[in-house]
Amino acid sequence: MSIELMMKQFQDIANNPNKQLADFKAAGKKVIGVLPYYAPEELVYAAGMVPMGMWGSNKKTISRAKEYCATFYCTIAQLALEMLLDGTMDQLDGLITPTICDTLRPMSQNFRVAIGDKIPTIFLAHPQNRFADWGLKFCMDQYNDVRKMLDKISGHEMTDEDIRKAIKVYNASRAARREFVKLANEHCDVVTPTLRSAVLKASWFMLKDEYTEKLTELNEELKKLPAANWKGVKVVTSGIVCDNPKLLAIFEENHIAIAADDVAHESRAFRTDAAEEGDPMLALAKQFANIDYDVLLYDPASSSNRRGEFVANLVKESGAQGLILFMQQFCDPEEMEYPYLKKALDEAGIPHIKLGVDQQMRDFGQASTAIQAFADVL
Amino acid sequence: MAKEVSPGVLALRKVVDDVHADARKAKAEGKLVGWSSSKFPCELAAAFDLDVMYPENQAAGIAANRDGEIMCQAAEDLGFDNDICGYARISLAYAAGKRAARKFDPETLEYIIDPNSGKPLKDENGKVVMGEDGKPVKDPKTQQPYTVLVDIHEIEAMPDGPLKDKYWESIKPYRQMRIPQPDFLLCCNNICNCMTKWYENIARMCNIPLIMIDIPYNNTVEVHDSNVAYVRAQFDAAIKQLEELTGKKFDEKKFEQACANANRTASAWLRVCDYLQYKPAPYSGFDLFNHMADIVTARAKVQAAEAFELLEKDLEQAIKEGTTTTPFPEKYRVMFEGIPCWPKLPDLFKPLKANGVNVTAVVYAPAFGFVYEDLDGMARAYYKAPNSVCIEQGVAWREGICKDNKVDGVLVHYNRSCKPWSGYMAEMQRRFTADLGIPCAGFDGDQADPRNFNAAQYETRVQGLVEAMEQNAANKEG
Repeated sequence: MSIELMMKQFQDIANNPNKQLADFKAAGKKVIGVLPYYAPEELVYAAGMVPMGMWGSNKKTISRAKEYCATFYCTIAQLALEMLLDGTMDQLDGLITPTICDTLRPMSQNFRVAIGDKIPTIFLAHPQNRFADWGLKFCMDQYNDVRKMLDKISGHEMTDEDIRKAIKVYNASRAARREFVKLANEHCDVVTPTLRSAVLKASWFMLKDEYTEKLTELNEELKKLPAANWKGVKVVTSGIVCDNPKLLAIFEENHIAIAADDVAHESRAFRTDAAEEGDPMLALAKQFANIDYDVLLYDPASSSNRRGEFVANLVKESGAQGLILFMQQFCDPEEMEYPYLKKALDEAGIPHIKLGVDQQMRDFGQASTAIQAFADVL
Repeated sequence: MAKEVSPGVLALRKVVDDVHADARKAKAEGKLVGWSSSKFPCELAAAFDLDVMYPENQAAGIAANRDGEIMCQAAEDLGFDNDICGYARISLAYAAGKRAARKFDPETLEYIIDPNSGKPLKDENGKVVMGEDGKPVKDPKTQQPYTVLVDIHEIEAMPDGPLKDKYWESIKPYRQMRIPQPDFLLCCNNICNCMTKWYENIARMCNIPLIMIDIPYNNTVEVHDSNVAYVRAQFDAAIKQLEELTGKKFDEKKFEQACANANRTASAWLRVCDYLQYKPAPYSGFDLFNHMADIVTARAKVQAAEAFELLEKDLEQAIKEGTTTTPFPEKYRVMFEGIPCWPKLPDLFKPLKANGVNVTAVVYAPAFGFVYEDLDGMARAYYKAPNSVCIEQGVAWREGICKDNKVDGVLVHYNRSCKPWSGYMAEMQRRFTADLGIPCAGFDGDQADPRNFNAAQYETRVQGLVEAMEQNAANKEG
């Protein structure tokens, strides 16, 4: 299959999660909605069910969710609720609601109340003090609760061996995505920002073994290509979600390639693997503890600017000339980390721009002007 | 509204003044001063005799002193988005060294008075004196210099001399604008997760250690053993960090005394809150807002317990004498949901006074009135902050005080600064009305940034609430 065709398949999946959900259901699978951030999807997979990521929507308008949310709430969370209320997600068999940020904390209650008995909700509260034995223990307790709820929904008990297998599948998928990100940089003439986003986004809507198989195939084909003779500029993207097709089209119009990303919906979600041996629940808790350089997580070495410097290094190492920050509107953690990200970038001599985005955005004139001007500077 | 200040209120003011004075003295003597989130277990710091200041109270005080906007703006100029909590912005600007100060002429070192400031001048008959331009003449005694922003690091770098001294002097003299810079941080995110990043930022700005107690959100009314074990382990870790920081051993006796004091203060606080159950109430919930600083700043001090007990006596006397500090006859009783808009307290009060609406219930009552018996109980108590509990607990707390304090309606502050607090408010409003049969009205505001409050909208919403309460009362009578 040609590279173009393979990427087109990923794009079809990324653009039609509804069809994926319907197909899974038609095949007799149970499907669990997974809200951001860090839910142990491995457990859903181990239970023989399909995890589907819910990161809002670029196509819907907030209407029913207004009954629950004040206007100043992140549109990703509001649109997830919208899809639960407007019937889009009616076929779900369960919903995992993590609570790591100040929007998701009370939203976990809105999700539970709003969908009532229609879909069982699985509550998840991660620890921020996650490194010591007692932090790991608390994380495992939470994950065990999730495991029990999933067993109830699936109708059978998953074994530790099931989870170990799932971890292997997920590690392979994460490795393939990390490799793809590198290849997309090397072959940025073929893997445009739009296609790069589609390939990574599709992972949220597919069973990971099937996804990895397809992605590995694509990676192998990409490896055969000669390195791109790229005349445009390269940037690193940063933010929560950067999948808006109109914004990505603006990248392409201005010959901007994505060299790497620091995006929650993309690389931040697959930087960290879990151990494949030993107690699998501990392995998952340790994996969460090992997630680093993340705006949402507590950094005990907070008096130094580790995260800012990590992102600045990412820009340098990936060969990008600058960084484009997609500042998700009403996202406190991203906003709180911005001044020190800026400091690290400035100190490293890396230019950047900050674009305010949300999923209700329909006018991209201003963003287009800003991106164009930025490309000219680079 | 000139009010006679009761001995209990005076005692409470002194307690907080003393805490601030002690911290300033400690800093001057080279001792460690910490900054703490409002619901960090203060009992731990007390066991080490540490002086601790509370940025949330500080920010509320700065906002009430009308310097919220200039400090929020200062944080925005540092790169912090105006979407971020106003308390956090004020605190981050302060931590970065920014201060609201009085403008002066660098040549003469005289303050430059803002002609628009001050109250109207009144003659001996209490009549406002009008100027030739037909506008009221300002009372020069009440006029203030312009407010400007200064930076303590820039002042420090200046050569010694009268100009430098004047800059130091020009920093506004109220206590919240004079708290010492921190040497360490105590963060507990039971209030919100914004706190985590807020304190991490201060740790970075000031290059100081941060002690973190994490309270993950809870989905059930009960606090499970797993959650308690996690918090207990964090208490132990925090003690270890404090031992390293101070070079002292954990003093169990002092800790037990602090716990006993905190429980005694909390019990007295709750009893004071309960006086709002009387009809008419002997005071207004707005007074309770003013005592927030006391309960947060000095909870583990015996003086705070004593002062609240004194206030309790004052209130008992008021009930006997049938007096109240509320400066209007109480016609309706409401619960005020959320943190008040500190920069706009007079605007908040005005339409309530005009309509005889007394605030007789505030959510702060149960939020800080927690009493525990042992360390597990303490962990459970700190697990339950207004923004860390599930909707069922949130509703139960509020409906409890609505019933006990006999409210006729609920005024809901959709607080632009506080996403966790406003997060399930719409559903709560529906439940209040369904369960208690009382009307609710929401308005948009902010706890610290005056730019997010619209007095006209607020007045309209209060009016709507009053009409609904009127209708409800008529229906009951009819």
